[in-house]
Amino acid sequence: MADSNPVPGDAGARHDSAPNKFLLQLYVAGRTPRTELAVANLNALCEDELAGRYQLEIIDVLEHPERAEEAKILATPTLIKQLPPPLRRIIGDLSNRERVLLGLQVRSSADNPVSDREAP
Amino acid sequence: MTEIDEDSRVQKLPTGIPSFDVIAKGGLPEHRTTLLSGTAGSGKTVFAVQFLAAGIIDYGQHGVFVTFEESASDIRQNMRSFGWDLEAWERDGRLAVVDASPDPHVETVESGPFDLDALLARVGHAVRKVGAQRVAVDSLGAIFSQFSDQSIVRRELFRIAWALKSMGVTALLTAERTLDYGPVARFGVEEFIADNVMILRNVLEDESRRRTVEILKFRGTDHQKGQFPFTIVADAGLVVIPLSGMQLRQRSSNLRISSGNAELDSMCGGGFFRDSVILVSGATGTGKTLTVTEFMKGGADVGERCLLLAFEESHEQLFRNASGWGVDFERMERDGLLRVVCDYPEVAGLEDWLLSIQRIVQEFRPKRVALDSLSALERVGTIKAFREFVISLTSFIKHQEITGLFTATTPSLMGGTSITEGHISTLTDSIVLLRYVEMFGEMKRGITVLKMRGSVHDKDIRELTIDQHGMHLGRPFKNVTGILAGAPLYVSPADLERAWTHFDAQLGASGGKHPRRRASDMPGAD
Repeated sequence: MADSNPVPGDAGARHDSAPNKFLLQLYVAGRTPRTELAVANLNALCEDELAGRYQLEIIDVLEHPERAEEAKILATPTLIKQLPPPLRRIIGDLSNRERVLLGLQVRSSADNPVSDREAP
Repeated sequence: MTEIDEDSRVQKLPTGIPSFDVIAKGGLPEHRTTLLSGTAGSGKTVFAVQFLAAGIIDYGQHGVFVTFEESASDIRQNMRSFGWDLEAWERDGRLAVVDASPDPHVETVESGPFDLDALLARVGHAVRKVGAQRVAVDSLGAIFSQFSDQSIVRRELFRIAWALKSMGVTALLTAERTLDYGPVARFGVEEFIADNVMILRNVLEDESRRRTVEILKFRGTDHQKGQFPFTIVADAGLVVIPLSGMQLRQRSSNLRISSGNAELDSMCGGGFFRDSVILVSGATGTGKTLTVTEFMKGGADVGERCLLLAFEESHEQLFRNASGWGVDFERMERDGLLRVVCDYPEVAGLEDWLLSIQRIVQEFRPKRVALDSLSALERVGTIKAFREFVISLTSFIKHQEITGLFTATTPSLMGGTSITEGHISTLTDSIVLLRYVEMFGEMKRGITVLKMRGSVHDKDIRELTIDQHGMHLGRPFKNVTGILAGAPLYVSPADLERAWTHFDAQLGASGGKHPRRRASDMPGAD
């Protein structure tokens, strides 16, 4: 991705600092088993990997189709990483955690960056 | 709108594509889904938008356009050239565009199963928002390219089609195909999700493109079969050229009009019929353009507007020729009785020529149209396309209560027929042949009326001379046979006399064959 604004990637960054905070949106269609599964998968992942430094909004496209229109969502469930940039989309019930972490560009372990950027 | 159940007649929604609605016997079946499949560049998007535009402009039916391929802003911009202002309709709440095109800046990762409920929710929202009755989805194949799990997309396409039906809208779904003659659509499922299937083709034949539309199936309702040529024009979109359905309603008139030459009129039994099409065929220099010039003059003399479509000579050449024959084209033009359109046939395809001729005729409203020459248009397209062009033009002219005079150039100087003649001779009401006749080392011109539908006519081959006053018809070539075959043979008066007594009936019917066969006594004949 052409991104000129590198995210500070040092392991000792403070968890609540604004630049490190993850702003996530999950678009779902009604309260279906797939919705429940996606929400559960996402909650577990966030608690494990992003504890204390994420904000999650869940949007039901059946109730708010205009939100889906604005964000140009096609598939449900769709997880959108608004922040930190770049914007990323992950579609599906999020059952494959490695793929989700790849999509979110979150470290999968403490000392092994998944991001394509060089550690400083 | 009308409620339908499976037993009642299917209602149709007009597409706004001239003549397509004739082929479709009304338009697209209402409350159904119709698949429109075609190769790249076959005109699918234009068709889809035109379908919505017709609803919005002509029928007060609002629409939703779902784009999977081009971005909404590209569509808005591209459709402006056809005179469709999508943005204005969106502002007025008559159209909603659902932009489902891929965003190249956002990377997408798939993790586990998903469905396209968000898309359905957006389409449903758009339909409710503008109260849409027509929905166009362009194109299904582009949905596949946005997701890696194809089996999910297949299943979701069926759900989308079902959802569109349950919304009560009439939907047009486009799909790509890789070959103009091959599977209906690329992914093999598109044709099964829709009730109706139509195909657009854009085939390369002899270095020219030929666009056709075909209705493959209309479930439970009637349509015309086969491929129909169409073209895409700048300010109107798709225009289909129907062949059948036009020809049977031609009127025929018993009114006679002058050919512009009194002697030719008397050969034709009193002039050409109005609403008839006359073919003048001959080699180069036999007097075709002269016949055209006199035909135009004959119209202007009685105050009729005349249209001359010239594909072989320039405006200046035509006017100089006319004044050389004592016809004042300039005055006719000044009086508003003559319009001359000169162009190279190659500047447009045959379908486009047909449309522009129709436009000129509808605007100028002439009583006479001359086209010099049809043969020049032959080289623009394939033989099939040319034939369709001639049929369409002929029936159009007859419908307008116009007399049409077409010329055809024969490839050989002596005798022979042209491709043009082969395709048009059965469609024309009258045929005038101009031929060179070689006699005693001298080239003479001959003229004969070969066919005059619904009238008696002079069957002689008469000598034709040209001077500064135009065309003059002289005496019949009574003692020459084989003129039309291109091998004139002088027959002595004594032989002729004998032939008349022996073969009276046959000679009258089939020209000069019999005396010749008798003289040479060829073996194996008949």
